[in-house]
Amino acid sequence: MKLAGKAWKFGDDVNTDEIIPARYLNTSDPDELASHCMEDIDPDFMNKMSPGDIIVANKNFGCGSSREHAPLAIKTAGISCVIAKSFARIFYRNSINIGLPILESEEAAAKIQEGDRLEIDLASGVIKNLTKDETYQAQPFPGFMQQIISSGGLLNYVMSRQN
Amino acid sequence: MGMTITQKILAAHAGKESVDPGELIMAKLDVVLANDITAPIGITEFRKAGAKKVFDKDKIVLVADHFVPNKDIASAQQTKLMRDFAREHEITNYFDVGNMGIEHALLPEQGLVLPGDTVLGADSHTCTYGALGAFSTGSGSTDFAAAMITGEAWFRVPESMKFIFYGKRQKWVSGKDLILHLIGDIGVDGALYKAMEFTGEAIADLSMSSRLTMCNMAIEAGGKSGIIAPDKVTLDYVESRANRGYRIYESDPDAEYCEVREYDVSKIKPQVALPFLPENTVPISEVTDIKIDQAVIGSCTNGRLEDLRIAAQILRGHNIHPDVRLIVIPATQSIYMQALYEGLIEIFIEAGGVVSTPTCGPCLGGYMGILAEGERAISTTNRNFRGRMGHVDSEVYLSGPAVAAASAVLGKIASPEEL
Ligand code: SF4
Repeated sequence: MKLAGKAWKFGDDVNTDEIIPARYLNTSDPDELASHCMEDIDPDFMNKMSPGDIIVANKNFGCGSSREHAPLAIKTAGISCVIAKSFARIFYRNSINIGLPILESEEAAAKIQEGDRLEIDLASGVIKNLTKDETYQAQPFPGFMQQIISSGGLLNYVMSRQN
Repeated sequence: MGMTITQKILAAHAGKESVDPGELIMAKLDVVLANDITAPIGITEFRKAGAKKVFDKDKIVLVADHFVPNKDIASAQQTKLMRDFAREHEITNYFDVGNMGIEHALLPEQGLVLPGDTVLGADSHTCTYGALGAFSTGSGSTDFAAAMITGEAWFRVPESMKFIFYGKRQKWVSGKDLILHLIGDIGVDGALYKAMEFTGEAIADLSMSSRLTMCNMAIEAGGKSGIIAPDKVTLDYVESRANRGYRIYESDPDAEYCEVREYDVSKIKPQVALPFLPENTVPISEVTDIKIDQAVIGSCTNGRLEDLRIAAQILRGHNIHPDVRLIVIPATQSIYMQALYEGLIEIFIEAGGVVSTPTCGPCLGGYMGILAEGERAISTTNRNFRGRMGHVDSEVYLSGPAVAAASAVLGKIASPEEL
């Protein structure tokens, strides 16, 4: 699967309260959640971004609560992939389980700048920076997780094994 | 090579002799947990996947705690989804207004998590139960939905970090101060993906309540889990509560740790975490003249009876500062009741505070004490992220109950010694 879009940069330790504040957790409607995506870190984010764009962050992206509303809001907002130096564990797990592509790459996180045009090949983990004419290699997913992703998320995987 | 307590528990639940860090396993679960925020998404997923039955109605725990008694129509609709599901599937351990409590205080109190268990909870502070010698970790709603169907979850066996605490605690220092100090030392991602094992004579000297507080905040260092091997304190706690068998595990002397750190607790003063990360910790002696508008004593971190007793001991005979709103929230109904018997509630109200029915409420900025722009709170909760308790330009300072109570009286962040 190939993804392409513009990079939006964020710093260290972006937490789930910034991605989707708890005051909106009285709903689980994905579109409603998406409309507040990243609101407490960049109130203008949803107006600026376009579908397909890519979030690029530094260390420990998605730290804080276990709310799946966070990757869900990002995915429904139209973000095609999140690249970070590292992810908080539950966020990482949730993203895979709901099918939001995420990639870990220290080099990409350091070198990509806001506005760079990126092209990503998920299967190989190769990230191309078209603006800078650079290529970075992200950690590919372990086989076990690839199975979950290729079944279209954890529940499809579980149900296919149940039947 | 020996195994850590975490490896042993996971191996037993994966049906294996031994497991190594990094290994991916499928583990059987003893408890599968979710709340009124995370369960509705999981239940919707469960239905969408076409699942008809839960794997075991006795092993699923559903707790309405974040927004109940429901704060608005949307949260009422959301909780109803969980209420209806609990009835439809005859979930044995379903807790609602009247018998509920904040999940991570409630489950240990009710004897629902026991030593040696493996627990998956759709709430990041599920790591709390490590204090009972269980492997317990937070997940999202999809994991929860899958676990309700299969009774299993996949895990990557974590590496373990060992934290040895020795020495004698200073006055007013509790588990909260030890864990805040530790997070200040290693940072909010200092234990990313790792199991955090707490041990040493100073841990043995801690009450169950303080141990639960410490494991509760393992996630605040990025940890996958926190764990304390069961000892006499643990067994005294679970003995009267357990309705089923349990198993005691402990780490082998030659178990492998990716890192070992030691702390002399006699050097640790009461701690405060400054905005906007739990790692911004300083000893109370370094905090000067920070005026507060609100003090919150409660949450799954510090809403237990021991915490309320400490707060009451400080508040007895004092009036809170006229510019401060003090909100006290006992974490469960039975803690509430016991606080009533002991006269603690009276002390809080006489001091000028308010006491709420158990709820997460302000801890996550839900309701019952939302901060306005520019306001500041001292809080016994576990997160001080930007906007966590209300407006994005409000501030939360984290502390244990002693500092929170003293601050409520003095109107600024202060040590009980200043009273
Ligand atoms: S009290 Fe706070 S941290 Fe604990 S479960 Fe509730 S919202 Fe989460």
